[in-house]
Amino acid sequence: MAINRNFRTCPTTGLVFHEQADRLIRWNAVAGVVSLLVGGVLALLVTLTRWPAVHLLPADWFYLVLTAHGLDMLVFWIIFFEIAVLYFCGAVLLRCRIAAPRWAWLGFALMVIGAVTNNVAVFRGDSSVMFTSYAPMGAHPAFYLGLILFAVGALIGCFVFLGTLVVARSEGTFHGSLPLVTFGAVTACIIAIFTIASGAIILIPTFLWSIGLVSHIDSLMYRTVWWAFGHSSQQINVAAHVSIWYAIAAIVFGAKALSERVSRTAFLLYICFLQLASAHHLLADPGLTSNWKIFNTSYAMYLAVLASMVHGLTVPGAIEVAQREKGYNRGLFEWLRKAPWGNPVFSGMFISLVGFGFLGGISGVMMGTEQLNLIIHNTIYVPGHFHATVVVGTTLAFMSMTYFLIPVLFRRELMFPGLARWQPYLFGLGMSSFALFMMGAGTLGVPRRHWDITFAGNPLGYEFPGTAYLMMGIMALSGIVAVVGGIAYLLITVGSVFFGKRIGGSEFKALSVREGRASPPAPQPVAAAITGHGSIGIGGFVAPGTFTLALVFLVAFVLYYFVNWKYLSTLWPLS
Amino acid sequence: MSAIQPPAVRVWWKQPLDRVEGTWIAIAFVWCLVMFFMMPYWHVYGKQNLSNEAYRTTPERYQQKTQEIVDRYTVRTETDLKVPVVHPPAGSDVYLIARLWQWWPMLELEEGKTYRLHLASMDWLHGFSLQPENINVEVHPGYEHVVTLTPTRAGTYSIICNEYCGINHHTMASRLYVVKR
Amino acid sequence: MAAPQTIRPEDEADEPVPAMQQLLDNPFLLLFIGIAMPTVLYVVWGVMEIVGIPLAR
Repeated sequence: MAINRNFRTCPTTGLVFHEQADRLIRWNAVAGVVSLLVGGVLALLVTLTRWPAVHLLPADWFYLVLTAHGLDMLVFWIIFFEIAVLYFCGAVLLRCRIAAPRWAWLGFALMVIGAVTNNVAVFRGDSSVMFTSYAPMGAHPAFYLGLILFAVGALIGCFVFLGTLVVARSEGTFHGSLPLVTFGAVTACIIAIFTIASGAIILIPTFLWSIGLVSHIDSLMYRTVWWAFGHSSQQINVAAHVSIWYAIAAIVFGAKALSERVSRTAFLLYICFLQLASAHHLLADPGLTSNWKIFNTSYAMYLAVLASMVHGLTVPGAIEVAQREKGYNRGLFEWLRKAPWGNPVFSGMFISLVGFGFLGGISGVMMGTEQLNLIIHNTIYVPGHFHATVVVGTTLAFMSMTYFLIPVLFRRELMFPGLARWQPYLFGLGMSSFALFMMGAGTLGVPRRHWDITFAGNPLGYEFPGTAYLMMGIMALSGIVAVVGGIAYLLITVGSVFFGKRIGGSEFKALSVREGRASPPAPQPVAAAITGHGSIGIGGFVAPGTFTLALVFLVAFVLYYFVNWKYLSTLWPLS
Repeated sequence: MSAIQPPAVRVWWKQPLDRVEGTWIAIAFVWCLVMFFMMPYWHVYGKQNLSNEAYRTTPERYQQKTQEIVDRYTVRTETDLKVPVVHPPAGSDVYLIARLWQWWPMLELEEGKTYRLHLASMDWLHGFSLQPENINVEVHPGYEHVVTLTPTRAGTYSIICNEYCGINHHTMASRLYVVKR
Repeated sequence: MAAPQTIRPEDEADEPVPAMQQLLDNPFLLLFIGIAMPTVLYVVWGVMEIVGIPLAR
C-alpha cells in the first residue's frame, strides 16, 4: 500500500497536518474527553460523599466510584490526551507524516478496549481496589487485563511518536534540532516508556496471580514496583504539560525560550531524575532504608525540582520577553496586565502554571521529604497535592490546549465563547481551592479513601476537630464549582466539535517528499542569534517581573517548608 | 523563531546564559541543596525519624508473639468484643496486629517512656494513623516494622486505618492510652 | 555604522556541535538514559533492599 502523503495547511496558523495524524490526534483527544466525562460524573459523586453534611453514596458504591474515578482520570483521560499531544508535537510541529499509522490505530484500539474492559470490571462491583490495586487485595482478572491492554496500546503510541521523529529527520521536514516543545514531548515519551515497562513488570504477575497461576504477590515488592508505574505516569503529565505551557506561550505570544540550552537541560534533568520520585509513596513503609529513601525521594538532590523551578521561570519569562518586545515594557508587570486574560488558551495555561507551582509543587516537596511524610502519608493531604498537580496543572493545561485545537484541528468555530472565557477561572480557581482545603484537612489527619470520618456507631471511633469538618465542607463546595467548570468545558468542546460552525479553506492535498522538505533556515543577525532579544527589561534582567514572581514563590516555599519541620518537631520522638 | 519551531541557529548550546536565568538557577540550586541536606541533618539532630528496623515474618509467628504479651500484660478488656488492653513494662517490645478490620490488642503506654512498637498486618495492607498526634505509617503483611517511640503527653489517642483495606475500612479504629506514672 | 554581521547556515556548518547538544539531539540515547537511571537507582536498588530484609526471630 502506498504511503499516505496527504497534507493540509491551516490557513490561520500555518501548521501542517498529515491526514492520518490529523485523524489520530482527533480520535485520541475525543477518547480522552469521553474518559474525562465519565470521570467527572464520578468526581461529583465522590465529592458529595466526602462532604460530611451530604454523605451521598453508601460505602460499597463510594469505594467503587472512587476506584473508577481514579482510573478514568489519572490513567485514561490523561494518557489518551497525551498520545494526542505526542502525535501533535511529532507529526504536526515537524510538518511530517506520522510513522506507521496502522500501528498507531492498533495502539488506539488496544487502549480503547483496555479502558472499557477495566471500567466494566470495576462497575461489575468486584474490583473496588482503588487506582493503586495494592496486592494482596485482589481484583477481577479483567481489571488487570484491561490495564495491561491499555498500557500496550500506549506503548505502541510512544514508538509511533519516536518513529515519526525518525521519518521527519530522514525526509528532511525540519533542520537542526527538534523544536523545544517537541523535545518536551520526547521527555514525556521517555518517561511514558519507563512507566509502561514498570507497569508490565508488576501488573502481568498480578494478573497471573488473579487467575491462580502465581501463588503469592509480596506487598512491599508490589508497592515498590507499582509506584514506578503509578507515580511515573503522573510524571509523564509534568513533562507533557510543561511542553504545552511552552507551546501556548509560543502560539499566543510567539514566545521563544529564553535559552534553548537552559530549557532543554531542565528537560534532561527530568529524563534522568524525575521518575525517582516514585519513592514518595514508600517513605512510610518498612524495609527500605533511609539511604534509598533520601536519594530517591529527593530526585537525587532535588535536581528534578530544580528543573521545574527553571521551567517555572522560563515559561512566564519567555512570555514576558515577547510582551516587552511588543512594547509592553513599562514597570515590572505591564506585560502581565496587558496579557489576553479573556483568551482561555492563555488564562488556562497561566492558572495551570501558577497553581501547579504554588500548590502542587510546594506540597509535593513537603510530602516527598522523608521525615515530613510521617505527618502526611495517606491523609487527604495527598489527594490535595495531586489534584493541584494533575488537575490544576495538567488537566487545565490540556483544556486550554483544546481551545486552540478546536478551530485548528477540528475545523470548527468555538461555541459559547462567552462561557469559554470564564471556564478556566471557574475550573482552575474551584480546583485550587478544592486542593487547598483538602491539604488543610489532611494536616488535621483526615484520611484519604475513607467513607466515614465520623465513625458513626463505632465505640472506638475518633472524633476529628470541628475545623476538619469545616474544611471538608469548603472542599466539597469548591469541588462543585470545579465540576461546574468541568461541565462548561465539556459543553463547549463537545458542542463545538459536533455542532460548531465549520471552517473551510484547508483541504488535504498529496505532497511529495521533495515538496515537504523544509527550506533552509534564514540567515540570522549575530546579535539576535546569541542573546535572542534586544534592549528590554530592567537592570540587565530581561524578565524582571517574572523574576520577582519567582522570588515570591521561593519565599512561600521556604516559609512553608520550615513551618512543616516545626510541626514535625512537636511530635512524639520516634526512631 | 518560537518554541514550536526548531532553534534558529544550528549550534545553540554556546548561547550565553541570560542574567535572569543564571541568577535564578543559582538561587534554586542552593535551595535544593538545603532541602536535600535537611533530611540527613534531621537523622542526626532531629527526634522524629521513621525506623529502618524491619524483618520478614509470617502471620502465624507474629500472632504468636503478640499473644504472648497479651497473655502477660493484659490489664482489662474493653467493648463488647472484649479487646484486651495491654500495659507492657516501660522500654519493652510491644506488638500491634492490623487485620480486617481491627487493631489488636489495645495499648496502654506510660508517658515519657520509650517503647519498641512492632507493627505487622495479618492480611492486606493497613495504615497506622495515630490521631490527633498525626503519625502515619504503612503496615504490611509479611513484614514486621519496629518503631521506637516515646509518648510525651498523657491522654486517650486513636489509631485509625488510613490505607484502604476493603469494604469496612472506615470501621477500623482503636485506642491508645498514654498514662502518667 | 556597519551592517549587522550575519551568520549564514553554510558558514555555521563548519562549527562542530558540542557534545552536550549532540546528546540532547539524540532521542534514543536519551531514551536509554531515561530508562537506565530509574531502573538502576529506584527499581533495582529498592528490590535489592527488600530481598535483603532479615527474617524475624
